[in-house]
Amino acid sequence: MMKKIKITPYKVISAIVLIVLAFFFLFPLYWILTGSVKTASVINDAVPQWFPLSPTMDNYERLLDNPALLWLFNSVAMAVLSMVLTCVTASMAGYVLAKKRFVGRKVLFGIFICAMALPKQVILIPLLREMSFLNLHDSMWAVILPTVGWPFGVFLMKQFSENIPGELLEAAKIDGAGEVRTFTEIVLPIIKPGIGALAIFTFINCWNDYFLQLIMLNSRSKLTISLGIAKLQAEMSTDFGLIMAGAALAAIPIITVFLAFQKYFTKGITMGAVKG
Amino acid sequence: MNKRIKPAGMQKVLIRRETISAYLFLLPALIFFAGFVIVPMVMCLVTSFFNYSMTEFAFVGFSNYVEMFQDKIFIRALMNTVLIVVVAVPVVTVFSLWVSSVIYKMNGAVCSFFRCIFYLPVVTGTVAVTVVWKWMFNKYTGLFNYVLGSAGIIDSDVSWLGDERTAIWCIILILLTTSVGQPIVLYVSALGNVDDSLIEAAQVDGATSRQVFWKIKWPQIMPTTLYILVITTINSFQCYALIQLLTSGGPNHSTETIMYYIYYQAFRLYRYGYGNAMGVILAIIIAVFSAIQFKVAGRKDE
Repeated sequence: MMKKIKITPYKVISAIVLIVLAFFFLFPLYWILTGSVKTASVINDAVPQWFPLSPTMDNYERLLDNPALLWLFNSVAMAVLSMVLTCVTASMAGYVLAKKRFVGRKVLFGIFICAMALPKQVILIPLLREMSFLNLHDSMWAVILPTVGWPFGVFLMKQFSENIPGELLEAAKIDGAGEVRTFTEIVLPIIKPGIGALAIFTFINCWNDYFLQLIMLNSRSKLTISLGIAKLQAEMSTDFGLIMAGAALAAIPIITVFLAFQKYFTKGITMGAVKG
Repeated sequence: MNKRIKPAGMQKVLIRRETISAYLFLLPALIFFAGFVIVPMVMCLVTSFFNYSMTEFAFVGFSNYVEMFQDKIFIRALMNTVLIVVVAVPVVTVFSLWVSSVIYKMNGAVCSFFRCIFYLPVVTGTVAVTVVWKWMFNKYTGLFNYVLGSAGIIDSDVSWLGDERTAIWCIILILLTTSVGQPIVLYVSALGNVDDSLIEAAQVDGATSRQVFWKIKWPQIMPTTLYILVITTINSFQCYALIQLLTSGGPNHSTETIMYYIYYQAFRLYRYGYGNAMGVILAIIIAVFSAIQFKVAGRKDE
């Protein structure tokens, strides 16, 4: 049934407001990208140049005098490792929490949920001490391990695993498939979209978890791209051209990943919100 | 064990087998979770009762907690944090509900286009977003002074981040742009799930669109609203990166937040015990706020 669409003044006004807001939200990104190709004299002028009339790659060249590509590599490596480990551990745990009846299931799940409601940043001090104790401070593992430990992934995969039909698992058992085979051949194909959602979600969160990275990583060669930009900003706070080039280098890869896997990502966010 | 297997015994054996295999599946996740979430949480709580620094480790009972409430900067930080939460949470919720209710009926591509745009500041990353805002707020080369000056709204250049009266509002503005992305995604999906037949029935009965919204849609998206309130509260309470990158808590502690002060005490002054005690208090405050929201939102539900 087609609904009749009436054009009311409210609709017109809200469409206009929405478009203005969209510009407002896009503008910082536009300003990063254009700022990164402006010359120092243009940037330091009190009258802004809305569009870069004489673009230059100078800022990027100066950015590469710093180990910016290494920082980028660190960010990618860290995010990929966190993503893989989270997907493996969370899909296994989520599946049994959803589909197996075993002693302590309810208690365990309750603990996961409670931990998730607590503010993550509060545990950073003891986490740092723990990492120093384990001799992992200033290595990428100090960021990866807590990221993998965060229970959101388990929760999300449990939500997805609820959809696995019980009869299918029964049938597999009757056919004599072992637990491992049941998991790899029946469960995994069904929860694949969920794993996709979790993968992209973990990747972006790990990439952007500035506070954790800040606490755990120190030496210049271990920094991530976010930390590197923050460091550049602290060292030369008014060299906005250089900083914008850094910001562009940090933002473009992650935005590309987001746009490519947007569907999965949206699904991850919405599934994570459904009450368990 | 050489038990005769009766049906009940069979059941027991089965359950035990299920339990063992379940825990084997859970083991990898549990190792990470216990090692890097539970252990630090317990350590946080325990060491909050200690005078714990690089050199010292002595039990001091509640004295960290007592000191906290006599610490003027902590009180200031608490006030600022509450201000951020009290402003940001309602604005984020109302803003994202409004945006979602406008875009969710649009055709798929347009809707996801807008959803993407509002999500962009989240994806771009705190650091990249913050440095560009810092430039826009700059007194000499920033856009704000130029635009507002040309429009005649301000007479002389304002040092947005250097002035006690404006700094925290700049922080809140940036926080808002980085906070609405997720709520919009959630609301769009929740509004899309509202039962259409109910809406049509109400329209047939002559309900206005305002009535349809408050009587039908609003109760159905209540769980989503609740979830959004809670996550936005948690995020706003933990506001840290913006402060560290923009103002370092200044000028004159006017943008000090609890999270930033914890960081300062623990990683600049190495007072881990005191930092952890503040962390515990922060966690309790967040829990109380969430509980209140559950109560209030839960009552409206009925």
